[in-house]
This record gives sequence, C-alpha cells and structure tokens, in this order.
Amino acid sequence: MNEAVFDRLRRLLGPEGVERDPRGLPRAVPESDDALALVCQAAQDAGWRVRLEGQGSWLPADAPADLALSTCGLHRIVRVSPADLVCTVEAGVTLEALRAALAAEGLWLALDPPGRSDRTVGSVVATATAGPLRQGFGPVRDHVLGSTVVTGDGRLVEAGGKVVKNVAGYDLTKLHVGGFGGFGVITALHLRVRAQPAEDRTFQVSGPREAMFDAGRALLAAGGSLAALELLTPALAARPQWTLVARLVGTAEGVAAEAAQLDGASGIRWAPMPEAAAAALWNLVARAPLDAELALRFGALTDTLDDTMDLVLGTLGEGLLATGLGTGQLRWAGEADVATLRGLRRRAAEREIPVTLERASWPLRRALGHFGAYREGVGRLVGRLRETFDPKGVIAVALEGADE
Amino acid sequence: MQALAADTGLVAALGRIVGPRWVRHRGAELATYAADGLPTHESPPGIVVLPGSRDEVARVLRLLHLLQVPFVARGAGTGLSGGALAEPGAVLVTLTRMNRILAIQPERRRAVVEPGVVNARLSEAVAPHGLYYAPDPSSQSACTIGGNVAENAGGPHCLKYGVTTNHVAALEVILPDGSLARLGSPAGEPWGPDLVGLFVGSEGMFGVAVEITVRLEPLPREVRTIFADFMALRAASEAVSAIIASGIVPAALEMMDQSCVRAVEASIFATGARTDSAAVLLVEVDGSPAAAAAECAIVEGLLRRHGAREVLVATQPAERARLWQGRKKAFGALGRIAPDLAVQDAVVPRSVLPAILDTIAEIRDRHRLQISNVFHAGDGNLHPCISFDRRDPDQARRVAEASAEIMDACLAAGGSITGEHGVGSDKMAYMPKAFGPAALDLMCEVRRAFDPDRRSNPGKVFPVHVCREWRRGGVA
Repeated sequence: MNEAVFDRLRRLLGPEGVERDPRGLPRAVPESDDALALVCQAAQDAGWRVRLEGQGSWLPADAPADLALSTCGLHRIVRVSPADLVCTVEAGVTLEALRAALAAEGLWLALDPPGRSDRTVGSVVATATAGPLRQGFGPVRDHVLGSTVVTGDGRLVEAGGKVVKNVAGYDLTKLHVGGFGGFGVITALHLRVRAQPAEDRTFQVSGPREAMFDAGRALLAAGGSLAALELLTPALAARPQWTLVARLVGTAEGVAAEAAQLDGASGIRWAPMPEAAAAALWNLVARAPLDAELALRFGALTDTLDDTMDLVLGTLGEGLLATGLGTGQLRWAGEADVATLRGLRRRAAEREIPVTLERASWPLRRALGHFGAYREGVGRLVGRLRETFDPKGVIAVALEGADE
Repeated sequence: MQALAADTGLVAALGRIVGPRWVRHRGAELATYAADGLPTHESPPGIVVLPGSRDEVARVLRLLHLLQVPFVARGAGTGLSGGALAEPGAVLVTLTRMNRILAIQPERRRAVVEPGVVNARLSEAVAPHGLYYAPDPSSQSACTIGGNVAENAGGPHCLKYGVTTNHVAALEVILPDGSLARLGSPAGEPWGPDLVGLFVGSEGMFGVAVEITVRLEPLPREVRTIFADFMALRAASEAVSAIIASGIVPAALEMMDQSCVRAVEASIFATGARTDSAAVLLVEVDGSPAAAAAECAIVEGLLRRHGAREVLVATQPAERARLWQGRKKAFGALGRIAPDLAVQDAVVPRSVLPAILDTIAEIRDRHRLQISNVFHAGDGNLHPCISFDRRDPDQARRVAEASAEIMDACLAAGGSITGEHGVGSDKMAYMPKAFGPAALDLMCEVRRAFDPDRRSNPGKVFPVHVCREWRRGGVA
C-alpha cells in the first residue's frame, strides 16, 4: 500500500513533489493548489486517508493515514498591497516570513498566535489560534477576507474576496477558519493587515490572583483602548506570583495618554517593560503551550471568567494558563487524561462555555475531538457539511469525540 | 409555483398556530408586502404570516415542511436587494411582531434580542448602560436585527467596529424542517465550526434566526467629527487613500460627491455646505480624549495636504449631528430628484477609488444618467445612486446597462458585487462573474445542509442554471 501510494504520488507530482516522513509514510508536497487538488482527487478515488500538515510544530503530525499532505510547498507571498492594507499568501508561508515581508512595507499582521514563529499561516487560520492581541484586533476570523481551499474530493474553490467588505454569496471562509481542516485544505488566504503602529508598549504588574484580576477588570471597565490584557499564572510567567500584562498600540500620543491612565483606572502601579523584555514575555506566552502535551481553549463570558478559572485550575491543576480578561479567551496548557477532560468539558458545557482542543496527540484528539459534543441541532449540520466538503472522509481529522 | 392565497386549508392551519388575525391572504393585504427597499422588483407573496414567538415560528415552519411549501423570512422590508420578496407560491414569514429585547447584560456587553427588534431601538435601550450596538445601516431607524443578520448589514461606523458578523455571538435558529439549532456560544467563541459566521449573511436561505445574542460596545469617551470639502473628486479620494495608509482606523470615513451634496442642499435637510465643492469627506475618530485628539490632528493634516478647501472639526453632539446630517439624509434627499432611485452597492480595493470614480463618471456620461455617489470610502464600499423614472423604458434600460457596467468595472478592479446589501433577487446575474462554477456549486450544496428541500427563500442569490445539481435536472 505504502509503495503504491508513493508511486502514484510520484506520477502525479513528479519526484520532487513526494518524500517520506520520518516514519516512512509517503508525504506529498505539492507546489501549487492545482497539484494539491490532484492529490485529494487521487486519494478520494483510491480510498486513501490523508493527514494534513504544515510545519508540524503545532498539531502533531500523527493522525493515522495512508499519506501525509504538506502545505510547505505553498510558500509564496503572492501580493502585499500597502495602499489597501491587504495581503495574499499561500498557506504554507510561515508567520516569520510573512511578518518580515510585511515589515518591509511598513505593515503588520495583528495576530500573535501561540506556537513557534515558523508556524504556517494556514495552521494559524485552520486552528483559529489567536493570541493576546485578540483583545484589540479580534479573533482570527476578523483577519481573513477570503480563502482558496481544496475540498476533500479535490475541488479547488475560492471563497470570500480580497476587499475588506464583502457579502456576495455565503461566507464559506468562516468554515475554514478554525475548521481544523475538516472542510478542506486551505491553500491561500487574503488577509487584512495594518500599518505598523508608531508606538507599541507593554506594562506589567505582579501580585495575588484576586488583586490582579480585579485590577484588570477595573481597567477594562474604565474603557481603555487595550491591544492585549492577559492574566498569567505564576507557572506560565515563571514568577512567584500572578502577572497581569497590558499592551498598548497606536499613535505615540494615544499610547502615552492610555499609559498615563493605567494606574488610576486599575488602582495599582504598573511597570513599563523595556522593548526586549516585553518581546521576551510575549514570546513566553506564545511558546508556553509547546512545553505541554495539550492546549485547550475556553470561550467564557467576562463576568464568569473568575469562575471559569476556578473550574480550569481546580480540575486540571495550575499548569500554564493565560486568560484574556477582555476577550474571555482562556488557553490552558498541560497534561490531563481523557476522563478528566471529558468531565471538564461537561461542566464547562453546563456554563455554556465551549472547550476546544487546540493541540494534542492523536489518541487524545480521537477520543475527545477538537470540539467534543455540540449544542442542540449542530451535530447534524456539521455532519452534512462534512459530507459536502469531504464526501468520502478523505481528510483525517477528529472534530467530534469518539464516544460522544 | 402555484398561488397559495386560495389555499384556504393552509390559511386556516396557519391561523390556528398564530391566530387568524396574523394571517394575511387578501389581495390588498398582500400588495403591502410585494416589494422591499429595491424599487425595481415586485412580487406579492402567496400568504403572509406574522408569528409572535419562537414557538410559533417553529410550528409554522414545521407545517410548511410537512406540506413542502416554500417560505421567505422578512423583517422590516428595508433591504435593498429584493432579498425579502416572496412569490405567490410561497409564504412570507414576517417577524416584526417578535420585537422584544429579551435581555440586556451590561456586565457581559451582550444583549439577547428577537429578530424583529429595530436596530436603532437596541442602541437606545442599552445607552443608559454606556453601551451601543455598532452596526448602523442607513435604515437603522426601521431595519431589524434579524434582517441585519440575514444580510450581514454594515453601515458608516463599520470601518472601525466591523459589520454584523463581528457583533453576533450566538444564534438560535429554526431550520426549514422546523427543528432548532443553537449556533455559537454566549461568549462568541464558536462551539464547533463557526456556523454563526456561516449563517450571518446567508440571506435567509438557511432558516430563521429567532433569538440573537449580540455584542455591545462601550460608547466612545471622545468622538471628533471632521468635515472637509474638495474642489476635485480625485483629490478627495486620494485623501481617503492617504488616511487609510497612515495606520489610523477612523470610526467612519464617508464621501459624498457634488451631485449628492447639491441634492442635500436643495432639500429640507440642507446643512449650509457649499455646493461648488466636487466632494466632501466626513471622517470620525474616537477613543480616549488624547488619542482622538492626536488622530484628529493627523487626519486634519492629511486632508489639508491633499487639497481640502475647508476643514471643520466638531466635538459636541449637536455640532457633530449637524456635520453628519447631510450624509445621514443623503438617500432621502436623492429620492426627491426623480421618481425612482437605484442604490447600487459594490466594493473596490481602496487604492483604486480615484480610478473607479472616474470610470463611474464616464459610464454616467455615456448613458446620459444622473449618478450621485455617497459611500463608505474608508472600506471602498461604493453606493452609486442612479436617479431615474422606471416608467420610461429607455431610461430603465440605460440604468440596467450602466449598473451592469459599474459592477463589471468593480469586479475587474478586484472588488465585490455587494458590500452590505446582499445579492437577493437583484444581483443574481452577477454571481457567475464574481465566483467560479466550483464555488457556486459548493455554496448551493452548503445551503442543502441546512435546507435539503431548498424551500427557505427560494430563487435568491444563485441563478438557477449555475448550480451543478440543478444543471443535472433538479428543480429550483
């Protein structure tokens, strides 16, 4: 089987387009979306299971499959348009490559997802992993204007557009943002970018959890314009106490004005961070989940955050938890077994809080699913949509849990 | 499709669900619902039913599912794409009775509303809590949140704060078979794939939203409105490009051309603006007082550098309202010029605004039409407004031709055929120009995941011939 798949891929893509992963599995590395579509069509015809891969640095490349399909051959930055604040990139472009290309034009992608900086843009979008900047600039979906996708049965489809406002047709791109590949392979993206801010400053303060939490909430209630506001556990920040971090981004005058109000609005004294120290701290927040076996994302309402933090820490132990006090996004990284995670999800569901499995080994993903059980009426819709985009189940992905 | 009005059995059955007084089936009653905000399309529905609760919506849809009768959901009927028109063989499910704000949660910055709640009423209701609902379509004093969800409505202030899809956290939806689906979560984090994102803007073809959880924004601490007039249209549009490229994201960035300014100044909405300007810009910045002041100074400088003749800045609500008046009342003023007004809606990359305005002027001259431009310049969302008299077939033909040429020009520039009004009945013909066959096929198939029988708002968005399943011999 393995050899037959390898030979078929060689015939489709040429010798350059196929390699073997460390365990000997054939890995297709198409260099165009058309070629990628051919791989999916061949997989559908032959009944192969395909595992999707970017750099393999976020989701482990461990789903059982007949072949791996890598987006790393799709590494072109197609277009950067400073006047329109839009760029078009192929899905295999790494974050660091994109950031460098944008910086050369005075532009900035306001996304700081967890993981390594060589993560592919496609992976960030497919997993909808936003970081602390979600506070000021929205979740990943807000940055994606359009997409090109190859469906499980090999159809090449462009959805959305490359303008910042567009309601023509159904917004299929929304399914691919955070769809974990369940609705096809993202091959290219039109992204909204911003002019590099004139000023970008980070402030921090450490103390007991309750004091930090209250200060952060007071700051938000005062209506400040914050790019990020994260509460970090001592383990995550590698400090004896909890750490509250605020990031201000904008014009020099605007940032100075916001900074001047931090202490008064929150009732505590903030310390400005030197640029290098701030970069190191945000990098620590991004890299923390890589030190753990799994990463979970919780979406809580801001008035239930405290309770949600209790639930997470009480069930899973302190671990590495970063809480967006304004976004309600909690990201926990650590280790836990299937039964514990099922129980946690059940209790979170009672509070109407979704728990997304962002990063885990295949056995955990298979058992729990990225999303677990759905709310009323949703499972049937997702099932039909999966059939629409991938009728033969070519793509190896576990959206729902095995026993739910 | 056969007319339903004579189906006394269906009329009676619907009456048993909602009460007989909430079922309309006589000619004159149906005529009221024959059009929405689009003047060029009309179609009286077969029966109109006005459910008063989510339970009644579910029961109505279950009945229609059993009988396999198509239906169209409708809010206030202010839509501009003919999206809420129903044919005589369909039931129009009008949601204006479902106008309750079910919950206001200031601490969470959320409100839970029924679909018939009027957009502006929601902002009024939450204002005492220092909050507002950001999407502000021009029709906000009449249009409903349910309609906004169907069309993914925008508005002047969506430049900074996003359109409807950015402000809907969760939806409770009655699917076309009468079953309930709960999409999203109160916090706004998708619960599974982002079905809220897929549903918003699906133009009523996936089902009926009966409960909508929206995000609310804190009222900005400081707002500055900047008015500038220009003696050349190109200079104004270049000023727009410069503001966007500066990195500032204004709360709003709107433009009106000379034809529009003159229409306003000739109306009861006159603001005293000089009518010899080629274009005016309205820019709004907000945030902390210091940040707003800093951004205001930068914007003022850019406007002057790009040739603004006069720049006025207002900070007080009354002064700001005066500067906004011309823009807010523009469509009303334009409506006085001729019996009919075709409000187009298209989007271009912002960098091509100067060129596309030249192109529209050339199309206007060639077709001998009056076209006024009033639009959301900051996000490249054009609204060329064509004044005409539809009783004159030659004029109507020229309007249709000019509209098509404008759409072609916007698509050729890398834009979209609609930024906020939707495709509806009006723009179906352009869909094959905007999307390839694979995307159109897939959209039709996605619709079937929600509505396998294709009974929810049938015949909209996709021309019948474009979908593979229909080309294979199915029926619409």
